Amino acid sequence: MVGKVHLYNIDNIDTDRIIPGKYTKTLDVSTFADHCLEDLDSDFKTKVQQGDILVGGWNFGCGSSREQAPIALKVSGISVVIARSFSRIFYRNAINIGLPILEIPEHDISDRIRLEIELESGKVADGDIIYSATPLPQVMIDILNEGGLVAYLKKFGKYKI
Amino acid sequence: MGQTISEKILSTHAGHDVKAGELAIVNIDGVMASDTTAPLTLKAFKEMGGTTPWNSDNTIFVIDHASPAPNEHIANLHKFIREFANKTNSILYDEGSGICHQIMVEEQHVKPGQLVIGADSHTVTYGALGAFSTGVGSTDLAAIMITGKTWIKVPESIKIILNGKPNPGITAKDIILDIVGKLGSNGATYKTLEYVGSTLEFLSLGDRMTIANMSVEMGGKAGIFETTGLELPYKFESVIGDADAEYLETITIDVSVIRPKIAKPHSLENICDIDEVLGIKIDIAFIGTCTNGRLEDLQLAASILKGEKLAPGVRMLITPASRNVLNKAMADGTMNILSEAGATLIPPGCGPCVGTHLGVPGNEEVILSTANRNFPGRMGNPNSQIYLASPAVVAASALTGVITDPISIGKNE
Repeated sequence: MVGKVHLYNIDNIDTDRIIPGKYTKTLDVSTFADHCLEDLDSDFKTKVQQGDILVGGWNFGCGSSREQAPIALKVSGISVVIARSFSRIFYRNAINIGLPILEIPEHDISDRIRLEIELESGKVADGDIIYSATPLPQVMIDILNEGGLVAYLKKFGKYKI
Repeated sequence: MGQTISEKILSTHAGHDVKAGELAIVNIDGVMASDTTAPLTLKAFKEMGGTTPWNSDNTIFVIDHASPAPNEHIANLHKFIREFANKTNSILYDEGSGICHQIMVEEQHVKPGQLVIGADSHTVTYGALGAFSTGVGSTDLAAIMITGKTWIKVPESIKIILNGKPNPGITAKDIILDIVGKLGSNGATYKTLEYVGSTLEFLSLGDRMTIANMSVEMGGKAGIFETTGLELPYKFESVIGDADAEYLETITIDVSVIRPKIAKPHSLENICDIDEVLGIKIDIAFIGTCTNGRLEDLQLAASILKGEKLAPGVRMLITPASRNVLNKAMADGTMNILSEAGATLIPPGCGPCVGTHLGVPGNEEVILSTANRNFPGRMGNPNSQIYLASPAVVAASALTGVITDPISIGKNE
């Protein structure tokens, strides 16, 4: 897959900035797209297009357990999130809702460039530069392959590690 | 090789010995969701084919984040949770009951040695009891409601040795802000913080909850106290890590030298001694939240504000952590003192901390809060400035109108 980068090379981007708490209390998740990242970049919602890639710094998604945060990125059109590291709850939540995430601790990815991503191998190509993401545990690969935890549990009925 | 507290509890719940770094499928003792996370949990639960939780007696819902409902949309989400809980005989704490984490401990839904998962990041609070507890998202929680299990990577542990007696005016909040300042927002990601040391004899259950609560602000998967010196109204087996357990790191903190601490806007990376920010003018003083809304916190504030009035131009918000706390604070006169001083009393719940209602700040307003987070927009307005501190500092500052060391005004009880 190929997508355009939105780079926020900032550490500790918390879930309140991804989707403020005042907008989280609804089951109509499509509404999150109107407010996703608004306190970080008020232009994000007009810039982002389906299939784009979000790139963050260290400890991306720290703070609250709200699954609304990865959902907000997904309904905004983000197809993959790359960060130097992720907070653990965000990491699980993203996989559980079927949003692929790649942990690449060291990189020089620039804003608005196009990246080519091979999810299965975790390889990210920035022109001639190839980055390798930290491998996911098998259980997370299986969940992602099913499109999320709901489909995984419907198919298998229980966890396999 | 011995086991850390995390390895012990997770081994018991996996049914075999597990070590840090291994993946395990573990049996869960109880689950909790709030009104922010329960609706998505129930949606996922139904999509997974769920009808009744695997264990209704240990499936707890708490309506606390936007409670009482500020609008019809949230009122209908509350109704959805209520109806599910009633239909499935799950346990519901409705509006006014208080903050989920306070209730889980008060109502004994979690006990030492247990493994409890909540759809809220501050679920780590129950580490105060020597339990392994951690936060997950809504879909993870729904999967536990179906299977009674989850998968977990057994975390490495960092041992935090707390030594010495805190000085007058220094609270558990100052101790945890000191620790967060040393480790940073990313300092314990994927890891458990295990708290031990001679200071434990001075730390009440409430103090331990304040410290365990903010373990997640360092990215911690859990923050667990050994049960040494812990007093509970029921019998329990002690929870202690083995002397020869393998810890990733050991950090020793001399509590006797800690000054009152402040987290400046807009990050827990910005923690300093109070001396650096003395005299900053405040608009709102807020005492409450799962970090500092307990009876002892309100009593501490009342000891400072007794017979006094708030500084002109300062508003003060008080949110007891639970109805039980509120009732006790009414019975002993604490709430009267705070109200007579000019504070606004908010019903038990999360209140202004999560920015939904009940005290959203205006542009450029400065809030001094006992909460655990000062992220931009946390309280509902990204153009406000949130400073975090202990209840003693917040109460003293409400009295003077500027950030104030309680000791400096002779209010050091």
